[in-house]
Amino acid sequence: MSDSNSPPQHALSVRNVFKAFGRRPQEVVRRLRAGATRDDVRNLGTAAVIDATFDVRRGEIFVVMGLSGSGKSTLIRMLNGLWKPTSGQVLLGDVDIATASDRRLRELRRTGVSMVFQHFALLPHRTVLDNAAYPLEIQGIGKEERRASARRTLDLVGLGEWADSLPSELSGGMRQRVGLARALAAGTDVLLMDEAFSALDPLIRSEMQEQLLELQRTLGKTIVFITHDLNEAMLLGDRIAVMRDGAIEQIGTAEEILDAPASDYVARFVADVDRSRVLTASSAMTPPEKSPVCTVSVPQDTSLADVFAPLAGSEGTVRVTDDDGATVGMLRAEDVVAALVTPASPHEPDAERRLLSENLQEGDAA
Amino acid sequence: MFPRIPLGDWVETVVDWLTANLRPFFQLIKDVLLGAYDGLDWVLTSPPVWVMALLLAALAYAAKGWRLAVGSLLGFALILGMDQWENAMDTLALVLLSAVLALALGIPLGIWAARSDRVSAVVRPVLDLMQTLPVFVYLIPTVVIFLTGAVPGIVATVIFALAPCVRFTELGIRQVDHEVVEAGRAFGATPGRILRQIQLPLAAPTIMAGINQVIMLALSMVVIAGMVGADGLGSDVVAALQRVNVSLGAEAGLSVVVLAVFLDRVTSALASRSPVARALARTSA
Ligand SMILES: Nc1ncnc2c1ncn2[C@@H]1O[C@H](COP(=O)(O)OP(=O)(O)O)[C@@H](O)[C@H]1O
Ligand SMILES: [Mg+2]
Repeated sequence: MSDSNSPPQHALSVRNVFKAFGRRPQEVVRRLRAGATRDDVRNLGTAAVIDATFDVRRGEIFVVMGLSGSGKSTLIRMLNGLWKPTSGQVLLGDVDIATASDRRLRELRRTGVSMVFQHFALLPHRTVLDNAAYPLEIQGIGKEERRASARRTLDLVGLGEWADSLPSELSGGMRQRVGLARALAAGTDVLLMDEAFSALDPLIRSEMQEQLLELQRTLGKTIVFITHDLNEAMLLGDRIAVMRDGAIEQIGTAEEILDAPASDYVARFVADVDRSRVLTASSAMTPPEKSPVCTVSVPQDTSLADVFAPLAGSEGTVRVTDDDGATVGMLRAEDVVAALVTPASPHEPDAERRLLSENLQEGDAA
Repeated sequence: MFPRIPLGDWVETVVDWLTANLRPFFQLIKDVLLGAYDGLDWVLTSPPVWVMALLLAALAYAAKGWRLAVGSLLGFALILGMDQWENAMDTLALVLLSAVLALALGIPLGIWAARSDRVSAVVRPVLDLMQTLPVFVYLIPTVVIFLTGAVPGIVATVIFALAPCVRFTELGIRQVDHEVVEAGRAFGATPGRILRQIQLPLAAPTIMAGINQVIMLALSMVVIAGMVGADGLGSDVVAALQRVNVSLGAEAGLSVVVLAVFLDRVTSALASRSPVARALARTSA
């Protein structure tokens, strides 16, 4: 994460960003830098984001995960300048969002970065089509042209037939697809999604997750996705940043976070994850043997949950293959079992686990 | 002994100073208001009664439907039968002009207050004062400055009806879903576009409710306006009061009620016809 001098690789670079609300934000940041904690400065203001530094690569889904109140919304709103950082740099491409003029910011939002909102944020008095076309209207594109583009993005999310409906005639999941179509219609490379699926029912939510992944395979956008749901983070995220009380605790792939949690907090957080759905065959395999006897093979990105059946049908050993079908490793039943064991947490887990799951439920309700 | 605070004297000094030094300014206001009032009154009274009544009934039909149109016609027939038509039109002219002025001042002020907490903090107590101060208290300096006739009536009515307009506008805009406004910003809309395309349309039902309030409050001022010499139903009520004339008072009073019901139904029907209100109604139907 030190290659900040090769900007084309990164869609977004966040450098030592602080955001404080309240009476004396600057003083809050000064004290935080000097080592004070969030609680120490409480009477001066709220430290919403503390010293965040990360890069988002072009074309990846970067997930920010944390409980309610951990500063996720504040962080994502600094990526398009809806909030100005109290201190630090936010580079979108090579422009510093933190110091850009209002005019320049509007320009960037029109062409560079769009957003999907938790509660959809559609205009109730406009049709689905005109909602999806709204970013293009703001860009000053003529009616026919912007409607044609909006129709294409509505088709993309499967809502073509609903173009003339009003948002209030749609279900929650469909409304959020309009939100997504609108963000895609803007034609920006970067997409910010703040708890975009959190307000949806579980079934609809997993449908939307699949659809997003599906779309992303063809569109290749840079997506910053906020969630308080760890399973969602693991499913969607190419990389995940875990936030706690305003600070980023760890950044890594789902597997890195599962295998080597950076702190007790992260370890406790991931303890409940269904590891078999997150870990893939390639993460558990051993180097290929000279004379592969078994005929059954699985692609390397198969989740461990899906290798049980092939394993059962081939006496407990399968070959793991890459995209071209070449063997890259062997996977035995005992490798799978070993990979699924949760790394031991150093502390007595039960009491804190309970507390954490209560917090999580609060987060769900929020 | 506790010292006497000569607040009244101070106010009088200020009013005296205003009348002495800003005379051309007040004269201009007076001329403009009187011109506007006379013009509007001429528009309302010069057509034959039945033409005017049908026009107003057509308005009721467009706003709500044929029931309200028929009801309005019956009401107008009653006014005509009581020989109060001309007075009713004078009153309508005064109410409409005052309401338009209150809206022209109040809506921009409400928008401003909604966008700035500081403006809101200043405007709020002033509105409280305007709403709680007994009308007669500011009626006196109004008469001192504008003498008698329609103009002091209009000015007092505008002051009285301004507060709900500002309040409803501010409330309506502040109530707009924060996320939707944020969406406008996130896609690069200018503040002006957000106001026009997001805040005002979404606040429209609330602002329309405010307009309804303004008109009803303006109508409630007709008797006061009559007291300072404005023509209309109010002056007949005042005359009836002075001569203890029960029948004249009843006829003028009943005409005020007919006008009030008409204006209330029409403006509240218009409120439910804003695009946002219609969009929401379409789904609940
Ligand atoms: N506009 C604001 N004014 C004051 N405090 C705020 C504001 N927005 C957020 N906060 C505070 O900042 C902290 C982080 O909030 P937020 O970024 O919304 O967290 P999350 O999205 O993770 O739930 C919370 O303590 C919240 O109360
Ligand atoms: Mg949030």
